[in-house]
Parts: sequence; C-alpha cells; structure tokens
Amino acid sequence: MSQPAELNIERIAELSRLALTPEEKTRFSAQLGSILGHIEQLAKVDVSGIEPTAHAFPLNNVWAADIAQPGLAVSAALNNAPAQRDHMIVVPKVVD
Amino acid sequence: MNYEAVIGLEVHVQIKTQSKVFTRVGAGFGHEPNTLTDPVVLALPGTLPVMNKAALDAIIKAGLLLGCDIAPICKWDRKQYFYPDSPKNYQISQYDQPICIGGLVEIELPGAARNVMGEHKKIPLTRIHLEEDVGKLNHHATDSLVDYNRAGTPLMEIVSEPAMHTAEEAFAYLTSIRNTMIYGGISDCDMEKGQLRCDANISIRPIGEKKLGTKVELKNLNSISYVRDGIAHEIKRQLAVVATGGTLIQETRDYDGVAGTSQSLRSKEMAHDYRYFPDPDLMPVHVDDAWKAELQGTCPELPFDKQRRFIADYQIPYTITSVLIPDRELSDFFEATAQLAGTGRAQVVGNWITNDLLRELGAAKLSLSASKISPANLAALIQQVDAGTLLNAAAKEVFATMFATGDTPAAIITRLGLAAAPTDAGELESWCRDSIAANSKALAEFKSGKESAINAFKGPIMKAAKGKANPKLVDETLRRLLAEA
Repeated sequence: MSQPAELNIERIAELSRLALTPEEKTRFSAQLGSILGHIEQLAKVDVSGIEPTAHAFPLNNVWAADIAQPGLAVSAALNNAPAQRDHMIVVPKVVD
Repeated sequence: MNYEAVIGLEVHVQIKTQSKVFTRVGAGFGHEPNTLTDPVVLALPGTLPVMNKAALDAIIKAGLLLGCDIAPICKWDRKQYFYPDSPKNYQISQYDQPICIGGLVEIELPGAARNVMGEHKKIPLTRIHLEEDVGKLNHHATDSLVDYNRAGTPLMEIVSEPAMHTAEEAFAYLTSIRNTMIYGGISDCDMEKGQLRCDANISIRPIGEKKLGTKVELKNLNSISYVRDGIAHEIKRQLAVVATGGTLIQETRDYDGVAGTSQSLRSKEMAHDYRYFPDPDLMPVHVDDAWKAELQGTCPELPFDKQRRFIADYQIPYTITSVLIPDRELSDFFEATAQLAGTGRAQVVGNWITNDLLRELGAAKLSLSASKISPANLAALIQQVDAGTLLNAAAKEVFATMFATGDTPAAIITRLGLAAAPTDAGELESWCRDSIAANSKALAEFKSGKESAINAFKGPIMKAAKGKANPKLVDETLRRLLAEA
C-alpha cells in the first residue's frame, strides 16, 4: 500500500524522542504507511446522513461529587521514575 | 503611517475545588512535591477519568457571570503533545465544542484622575472551555524536576476576541476577570500561586486595515502588572521593527518582567499538531435550563453593577467605591454597616473602612473575616460620635480596641473612661463665657456673619474641659451665648 504523503518520519521520531537509523526510518515509514493506509479505508465509508457523535453509547452527564480522597504516597508515586531528586522526577532539561 | 495594536488574551483560571477535575485526589497549592497524585494523575495503565461535578458547576457559573451562552451539549477532547508536564502525552481539553460560547467582559479604563471614573467598555469573548492543568517543571542547570501536584487541577481557559488595542485595556480586562471570578467564588485568582495565568496574542496593523497583522504570542506574563508592561513593551518592539523597515515573524516570545525585555522562544514543536480527537473515556455533558437556572441563582451581583449601585444609592464618592468594590467581603461589610449607621452616614462609614479598617487589617495581616470587627460595632461607634458622646480623637482609640477585642464601643468607652464628660451645664456655660470674653475679635467676626469664627472659641473650652466636653453641647451653648452677646 502506498505511503500517505503527510507521513513525516523525521518529525514523528523527534516527537517520540527516538533516534532512528536511516534503515529504521525506511522500515518504519513503510510500516506506519501501511497502518495509515489501512485506516484510510474508513474514509471510504459513506457516513452521509449519520449524525456525528463523540460516543457510540447514549450516555451523558457522568460525574462524581467533589470530595477529595487520599492519593498515592510520594514513594509509590515515584516508584517508576528512572531518576528522582527532592521528591520530584528528574527529566532531561527541556527548555533552552 | 499610523499603526494600531490588536490584542487578544488567553486567560487560564484554576477552579477552586477540593479534588481534581478528572479524579478525586485532592487539589491545592503549596503542598510537598508529588503528594497530590493518584494513578489517574500519573496516567498509569488502566486508569479512567471521572468528571468533577463541582468543576462543571463552576465553569457554567463563570460563563453566566460573563454573559456567555452555555452550550446545550459539550464534550472533551485529547490534545496530543509530548512534554514531561503531562504524563499521558495528552491533555484533556475541549476542542470544537466548548461549554461556554461568546460573552462580554466589562472593563474600566483609567480615569482622568484617581477620583474620576474611567471609560467603560465591553470586550467580547470567543469561548471558555474546561481542561486539566498540567504538572510543574522546575528547571535547573542540567536537568528539570517534575512535580505533578498541579496536574489535573480544573482549569478554565477564557479566550477573548482580538478586540483590545492598548496595554491598559488588557490590564483592565484581566482585572475585571479576576474580580468577577473572586466574586463568584470560582477561583482565588492569585497570580503568584498560578491560579490566574495569561498569554497575550499581539499584532499591529495600519489604522483602517481590517486584516490582522503577524501575530506574536507573549508568554510568562505572571503578574498583573507584567501583563500591562509586557504588552506595552511588545507593541513598542513591533512598531520599531516596522519603522526600521523590518518584517515581523510569527513567534512565541518570553517576557522577563524583571528586566522588562522579551526574547524569542525556539520551541521544539514549531508547528503545533495536536491531533485533537474526542476522549472516549469521558461522556459528553448536556446542560439543561434547570441546571443553568440553579447556577444563575448562585451568581452574585457583578462588581461594576455593585459599584454603580453604591454610588447611586449611598451617594459615596467614586474613590471610596474603587477601594471597596474589588473586595467582595469588604464591600458587603460596607453595605451592612451603612444600613445600620442610618441615612446620610454612608460616606463616614466608607471613610472608617477605607482608612482605619484597612490600616488595622494591614498591620495585623488579617483578612476581614478573620478579624473581630463587626458592622454593628462600627455603626455603633459612628453613632456615638454623631451624638457627641465620643470625641473624634477618642473614637480612633475605641476603634483600635474594638478591632483588637471585638467588644462593643459602649463597653470600651466605659472601660477606658473615654466618654465625653457628662458636662455640668453651669461649668460649661462659664467656660464658654470666658472664651467669648477673651476673644473680642472672633466675636466681632461672628457677629458680622463669619460663621467659621465660632471655632476660635472652642479650643480654650476644650482645653478647660481637658478634651472631654461633648462637642455638640459646646456648639449649642456657644451659639446660645453668642446670640445674647
């Protein structure tokens, strides 16, 4: 299946913080293109006369009362963090 | 060529709720880092958002206060982006079906002088939508630290039309939104706590041109005066670029309020592609008339309406109202006291509040509700002075004691012995005669019609009375004797 014109593998890699080799770029471009092509079949479905909806399920106004509950302990919250300091998650510097 | 600036503001207001917008862990400012998280906030696998009813009530109320249409149906969408402030890699927001549409914000521009009401205008809104706030990044030399306490706090984004033209208008607009949100109990709008945040879209165009110029987004306007200064600075910068033959580029600039300068942010995601789509985990919200009516019933009088009413009904000067009105509690206190103090005493009430009460509150670092002062006690104090049973100078002392203890003025006057002396009529009369006899010049002036000459007699009488004579009685006695003299 042909690769849709808008697929920009460089940008997708950058946004995903993935450093791809040229070979990987070619390979993933083809794979992602194939997925997009598959999805594009949906565009062929005739939806004229069907009312747009955010949900297939006819349910609205689902909510809870504003009553605060205890959350996670800091140690549990940070359990998956690759690095932490001062009870915060350390990430690469993201500005400047 | 003459240019005009065109300004639109995006104002973010945190809604004051107990819990977060899509989960029930507590929300708030000033907690230890990462103590307000739960699996939903951290986007752990398998978690689902559940809408906070109070956040919906608050944004509908905000919309009603700002004259928006409340959409009968609205929904939530995912706004995709990659940044460590969002553990989900998307923010739940509202894209094409916001809950509040249109609206108008009344603003007041600076008057010709401090005691003159300025021009009023109405700035149109585009929309208000409900979204979740994101975590806070603390930037250090080589890395950044993430605190997710703020993530998931209910956040309203109030978007204006590009309808303002000066930094003063933008400042007035933000002030008006802040006052209105505080009145409605929707947010405390403390900019230092990030409860109110503002980005500005600014462009310039030749006067008469209809098309908008190249837009610059100004960020980090994190105090209400930085909003004014930052926008004024950006307009000047754009005019200078055009004046020297340069071309403006569409960019985001960061304003440094301390240095009063701005610099371009080289964003890593230049052209935003948020790929919005409806969040399948949240159901749409339908707002019917009954719900709107219920919230309409909780809407307070708007600040500018209250100000116009105070000026009309209580005949108090604009200057006093401009101190009272921004503070809902203080203006309610004024009104309660003015009603107790009686006809024609509103300005005296206003003076006590804007001078003495605010000074005492400031010195004690107390909020009005935490202080011991009551409208009944202040009204009683004013009545004591009016009746002449308490002298003005002593009233200040009674007020300070009343503020500190919450006792009634009557109790304080007795305890401290501050009552104007229960004057012996004979003694008072002889002091008055002595004073008139000692000042023939003032007597002649008074007789020739100079009303104010009567004051010259009062000093020696008060001195004789050791400052405790009832001024009303002194005045009456003097007038009687002067008529005979």
